[in-house]
Amino acid sequence: MTKSNTAPFDDAQRETLRAIAAAMIPVSEESQLPGADDPVIFDDILASTGRDTKALADALTMLHSTVSGDLSALRSAGPGTVLERFRSENGATAAIFELAISQCYYRDDRVMRAIGMEPRAPYPKGYAIEQGDWSLLDPVRARGKIYRDAGEGKTA
Amino acid sequence: MTAATNDPVDVLIIGGGASGAAVAWSLADTRMRILCLEQGDWVKTTDFPSTGRDWEARQFGDFSVSPNRRGLPEDYPINEDDSPIKVANFNGVGGGTILYAGHFPRLHPSDFRVRSLDGVAEDWPINYETLEPYYAVNDQITGVAALEGDPSYPPKPAVMPPLPLGETGALLGGAMNKLGWHWWPSDAAINTQTYEDRAACINLGHCLSGCAQGAKATTDGTYWPKAIRARVELRTRCRVRRIETDDDRMATGAYYVDADGVERFQPAAIVILACNGIGTPRLLLNSASEQFPDGLANTSGIVGKNLMFHPYGQVRGYFDQQLDGYRGPRIGAWSMEFYETDASRGFVRGYCYQFTRGLGPVVNAVSGMADGLIPWGEGHHAAFRRLFKGSAGMVSICEDLPEEINRVTLDPTLKDSDGIPAPKITYRLGENSQKMLDHSLARGIEILKTAGAHDITVKAPMPSAGWHLLGTARMGHDPKRSVVNDWGRSHDVRNLFVVDGSVFVTAGGVNPTSTIQAIALYVADQIKSRIHNLFD
Repeated sequence: MTKSNTAPFDDAQRETLRAIAAAMIPVSEESQLPGADDPVIFDDILASTGRDTKALADALTMLHSTVSGDLSALRSAGPGTVLERFRSENGATAAIFELAISQCYYRDDRVMRAIGMEPRAPYPKGYAIEQGDWSLLDPVRARGKIYRDAGEGKTA
Repeated sequence: MTAATNDPVDVLIIGGGASGAAVAWSLADTRMRILCLEQGDWVKTTDFPSTGRDWEARQFGDFSVSPNRRGLPEDYPINEDDSPIKVANFNGVGGGTILYAGHFPRLHPSDFRVRSLDGVAEDWPINYETLEPYYAVNDQITGVAALEGDPSYPPKPAVMPPLPLGETGALLGGAMNKLGWHWWPSDAAINTQTYEDRAACINLGHCLSGCAQGAKATTDGTYWPKAIRARVELRTRCRVRRIETDDDRMATGAYYVDADGVERFQPAAIVILACNGIGTPRLLLNSASEQFPDGLANTSGIVGKNLMFHPYGQVRGYFDQQLDGYRGPRIGAWSMEFYETDASRGFVRGYCYQFTRGLGPVVNAVSGMADGLIPWGEGHHAAFRRLFKGSAGMVSICEDLPEEINRVTLDPTLKDSDGIPAPKITYRLGENSQKMLDHSLARGIEILKTAGAHDITVKAPMPSAGWHLLGTARMGHDPKRSVVNDWGRSHDVRNLFVVDGSVFVTAGGVNPTSTIQAIALYVADQIKSRIHNLFD
């Protein structure tokens, strides 16, 4: 069973989400990046909607109805499009789409490599950070104390 | 009420987070029988998000800072519809320390004397000198990384070297120097070297979803192992329903629901609340009785009132050079330039800046789209890349003054999974807080512009940053104006103590965990030193 077979969306909702994913993060030939509707990424999206599943399902049904099932109307997000209007009128719901799609797109191996990351979890290898030049603090030291005395000694 | 009754204990602590762990550890040397009831469970470091490829996604799911978003069995719902700032917490052993950033400033001496110095709110009944030895002990137990000599504080020792500045700290520090403004490496509850069997930080960059390395000091790894070795019992997945009292107005123990869903009564000679500034007033209000019709320990009528959050402002910008990005702790340096009152600013009291590094790719994408900097469709990839490599900024942590209108009450209908009435938050930003927030945004923009940032965005108040839950059972000398006395004992119930952020009289303008724990240690010492006449 693939992940998508377990997804809690019907066919119309699924295809609507696929169209939105492609419109939000399209293929980039120049950067050799897949779109968010790439089969592997899209399977991950469908399987990872978690706490937002119902909100997404409701929004997908509404959008599918808005375009009367003509998903070609959702393939662009530019000015004057259905998606552009949807985003401006339903910011909170649009943000749910952005999270559901981005959280899977930006953990795909191909995408992580393309943006300069190793395709791995942070732990256990971790990362390196430069120590930095502590002499930068010399002017702060030279300025001296800046806190207020409050008077009084110990109480209680 | 029918419930199984347990063997009595000397001390019952409710809540196993920052303060509950500290007070348990300190009291352990009395050899009293001490029990802590914690509604959540232990969290394994191997379960933290940074161990998996879904490390960013899970901060919006089971490791969200919002209990309403998580909705886990150990969480209780909070009606926060009437507040622009939403509660952030964690319910489990370690409490909020599991998800905090590890930013570990102390309050400043002036924070305890706001009425005397600035004519607002009320002075604390204790002061910086009272807490100073407890701050020091807490720093040692916690393992605080710091650089000595910060001119914004009285001298204080560092337990270990500070966190690295990184490229972000150097860039923003350089900008602060150009402006002539204070900045300093933050005191951090994050190991920079192996300390008491806890490993050094390896810059996972995901401190706010739990530290898989164990380098961030959380009380499940600091105080609790020591307390448990000293024979304190910590009982998890036990949610307290109410505290019971007798005809002498003394607490007799607490009713709770155990891990198997069984209602039990735990008799105790002393009850200590360590449930945070929301959970503690919730429990006191849920413990109303014939003797205490308005809620336990509430003859003053101010239990739940004076809720303070610390409104957060966020200023973030983007740079053309490569910065630390998603690598490294979220914290690194602070500024106390605008901490002390300056009447010319148009508000009293002040705020600190907590400088922040960059974002992971998911958060970079999501926040970039929310801010209108990353489009849908054509241009998405180019915009993402432009923002991803060099992002940095700050949050301002603004002092919130106590106002009775800001409060915790019981929701008339909302209940948790055990049927216990849930809290309702009513909160609005005061005029002073709003002016302070505005000031912090303007100065933050100035800092980022000086550092060379473009595409600067601001957000205030940050809606999801209700981390600091303070003031709802405050301490004071006057029983009509406070809930507990100057050493944490209820004015009304002489064997009932509060040790969490509820007791704060004012909020200061810094993260409160080190002060919460210092107060817990101080109250524990007071209990020990007064043990022979504790209830007089």
